[in-house]
Amino acid sequence: MGETFYIFKDGELRRKDNNIIIESLEGEKKNLKAEVAEEIYLFGEISMNTKLLNYLSQLKIILHVFNYYGFYSGSFYPRESNVSGYLLVNQVRKYDNSEERLRIAKEILKAASYNIYRNLRYYNGRGTDLANPMREIQSLTNRLDLCTSISELMGTEGNIRKTYYSSWNLIFKEELFDKRVKRPPDNMVNSLLSFTNSLIYTTVLSEIYKTQLNPTISFLHQPGAKRFSLCLDIAEIFKPLIGERMIFSLINKNQITEDDFDRDSNCLYLKDSAKRTILMEYDKRLKRTILHRDLGREVSYKYLIRLECYKLIKDIIGEKEYSGFKIWW
Amino acid sequence: MKKITGMMIYYYFVCHRKLWFFNNDLTMEHNSELVSIGKLIDETSYSREKKNILIEENINIDFIKDWKVIHEVKKSRKIEKASEWQLKYYLFLLKEKGIEIEKGILDYPLLRKREEVFLSDEDINKLKEVIKSIEEILGEKRPPQMTKKQICNKCAYYELCHI
Ligand code: SF4
Repeated sequence: MGETFYIFKDGELRRKDNNIIIESLEGEKKNLKAEVAEEIYLFGEISMNTKLLNYLSQLKIILHVFNYYGFYSGSFYPRESNVSGYLLVNQVRKYDNSEERLRIAKEILKAASYNIYRNLRYYNGRGTDLANPMREIQSLTNRLDLCTSISELMGTEGNIRKTYYSSWNLIFKEELFDKRVKRPPDNMVNSLLSFTNSLIYTTVLSEIYKTQLNPTISFLHQPGAKRFSLCLDIAEIFKPLIGERMIFSLINKNQITEDDFDRDSNCLYLKDSAKRTILMEYDKRLKRTILHRDLGREVSYKYLIRLECYKLIKDIIGEKEYSGFKIWW
Repeated sequence: MKKITGMMIYYYFVCHRKLWFFNNDLTMEHNSELVSIGKLIDETSYSREKKNILIEENINIDFIKDWKVIHEVKKSRKIEKASEWQLKYYLFLLKEKGIEIEKGILDYPLLRKREEVFLSDEDINKLKEVIKSIEEILGEKRPPQMTKKQICNKCAYYELCHI
């Protein structure tokens, strides 16, 4: 599997012969092995030119850009080289068939809420009493099955998330988190959540890019408006396992504390050093492997995302009904 | 109907599912290291003798020795029946165009081996059947059923097929 590079320094990114070089303002140079690079994340202020972008495109390397505050700005998503007209037509058909769309959307949310439940169960076994939110999430999950429209599904999902978030302070053993405020994040947990969610979004995008799925045609979310909405669909499933478990652990191990944030009027922003800590941890988690029951092979958490794409493809081509990833270990 | 390419013949003998996926552009280039190994061989071996010739859309072969022998370089570390049939198909197509070819040569630089391939009347009949069968497979709306095979383990489609 390819390498991911995270760049924090300010400087210049450029092509030199068949290499991609990052040169920091202090003149420090590093070669991002072009043959193995798969994604590059930019957090610093980087200058570059079209020669570099053309080269990235040729090598199918995706570039994800974050602004100074750690907000995701967008990706340089090279020209699609993996296109299947056949799959595209069928993906659109699947979306356009309201019954089929609802079935897939439901499956996505059922998997997501199961994974949420598993997170609570994990902490419940570790001395925190989470019996109430667990019960509530279970009953809301059962209600998902009865939903007859996407908006109903979304509403139920909102309630699941609300219940879930309300239990976080018990997991943290400290009052750190009131309510989820997205933009701008007004407390440290919100700020962490926003940052992690955008990381998961970009990872999903990179995985979708390796398949013939079209990232704008989604099932749960409304397609294509402003974002690659299929990424949002798939990200739902992996946020609990990859993002939220990481947040719990970062906070409970004091790897991230209030000192890691800058306050700017009434918002909180992650400091550079904190972003680094998180990315190191994030990268480590993506590389974690488990033995896959159906495949009989070791797969990384990141690869689980690709497998999700494959399952969707199989549903789209009418081979096998999609069933969302649920933590099984 | 699409033209039947040598690649299709090759995939037909490897796995019908793979043939179907490939033909619907569900390719797996991101998974495959073999792609780059193949490119490397192409660039490094036989560079002087090589005359790469594209006849219509479906044959892409190297001729050696005055159009009497055709030549295919294989990146595989195994001698495969599928490659043999691919080459036989080229011989067959050329014969249909009135170009009589003596034989084909399969080259396996990684094995330091070559193999000679001839086209018999029996082969021609078999190829005609194969072509019909390929057309049927490609006409299907869904991929052919999966049957677990030894080669699945090394196939780039492994996860897609087995998940
Ligand atoms: S994994 Fe097996 S069944 Fe699937 S395409 Fe490859 S060889 Fe064919």
